[in-house]
Amino acid sequence: MIHLKNVHKRFKKPDGGWFDAVRDTTLHIKEGEIFGLIGFSGAGKSTLLRLINLLERPDSGAVNVEGQDLTALSARELRRARQNIGMVFQQFNLMANRTVADNVAFPLEIAGWSHAEIDQRVAECLDIVGLADRAGHYPTQLSGGQKQRVGIARALAPRPHVILADEPTSALDPKTTQSILDCLQDINARFGVTVVIVTHEMHVVRSICHRAALLDAGEVVETLLVDNKTVAATSALAKSLLEAA
Amino acid sequence: MDELTFAQALSNVLDMAPEIWQASLETGLMLAIGLTTAILLGGPLGVLLYLTQPGQLFAHRAVNGVLGWLVNLVRSFPFIILMVSLVPLTRVLVGSTIGPIAAAVPLSFAAIPYFARLVEQTLREIPRGVVEAAEAMGASPAQIIFKVLINEARAGLISSLTILTISFLSYSAVAGVVGGGGIGDLAIRYGYYRFQTEVMVAMVLLLVVIVQIIQLVGNRLAARLDKR
Repeated sequence: MIHLKNVHKRFKKPDGGWFDAVRDTTLHIKEGEIFGLIGFSGAGKSTLLRLINLLERPDSGAVNVEGQDLTALSARELRRARQNIGMVFQQFNLMANRTVADNVAFPLEIAGWSHAEIDQRVAECLDIVGLADRAGHYPTQLSGGQKQRVGIARALAPRPHVILADEPTSALDPKTTQSILDCLQDINARFGVTVVIVTHEMHVVRSICHRAALLDAGEVVETLLVDNKTVAATSALAKSLLEAA
Repeated sequence: MDELTFAQALSNVLDMAPEIWQASLETGLMLAIGLTTAILLGGPLGVLLYLTQPGQLFAHRAVNGVLGWLVNLVRSFPFIILMVSLVPLTRVLVGSTIGPIAAAVPLSFAAIPYFARLVEQTLREIPRGVVEAAEAMGASPAQIIFKVLINEARAGLISSLTILTISFLSYSAVAGVVGGGGIGDLAIRYGYYRFQTEVMVAMVLLLVVIVQIIQLVGNRLAARLDKR
């Protein structure tokens, strides 16, 4: 489904030196799974996630999503490929001047759907995330959890096969966190959408992931398997994260 | 100057109603041309200034640097100097250097970089993440500009336009001095050269009222459009 092969990404630091955010990393994510990217801040997990839809372009290596080598696509082809990869953000990134319904409609508008199709799909998606009664509200009128539900509905709208979630619960309180995780799990189970979720909390991995990659200093330290809400781990780093959770 | 009763002054001003109306139309025409040019040319220039900044969609240091330098260059000119410098261009474009349409040439010229900077500043207020979300959804640059940037900045853009309008109401008075016509010209000709102070006072009051109305309408419209 998603194959990252020897991807490397480095950023120029303000002092002129280089920072290797992701080092020569290989990762395979299977169709229909919820895959976690976990690590401390600065471990490179968000960068790795953003390499999947090419928000960051790797300096070397290949990014393959559903058999398509994204790095080889033209700008137009990449835009088309991205319409099949939804994204959910920590800070929600909703458009403040659009209503909830119009935010969810945005990816469909840019994909050229008809008005009738858009209206129907927006209603469906708001129903899935439980916000059908908030369609005409503006983002400022919503709570954090509701904003993230709009974010999820927006990501889901074009019927993507993949949803990338970048710390989707880090700005939320524990109770809301659980409801958002349940929402993502529900979508994965009902529609078979592959979900890649970045987090620094082992709780998130344990709660909804099937597998997770533990990252440190831009490298995968260990691939964690989750079985019946228990995480099998061997590395010291994984154990320390498990104890913290 | 002779003592003047309030009634006499009022009557003098009222006698000039046709001229005042004519002058108001001329001011309106100068502003309309200047603002239209500002929106049509300054607006896109502002968007380009924003998009070529580091970290933005079309980040390009050289293009951004040259555009920024040009904008600063034109904005460095005191308006009266810019007007005089542009006389040859005005003559070529309009065929005359007298009248509101001729005066609209330097007004437009000054308004373009002014509005471009205002647009650039306004667009900077939009969180980068919102633009990034649109990119992640596969939006094209045109869709990002028209459906995201302009729509998210719409209240700020209206406020910018309000500032521009009021500034250029003042600039149009300066343009009047060099034969542009308009309210400022009337105030100078009657109020200053003919010592009819009451006409000057009336024109200033008229400008005060116009400015208040423009600001009020701008504020109302911006508040209505702002859902942040």
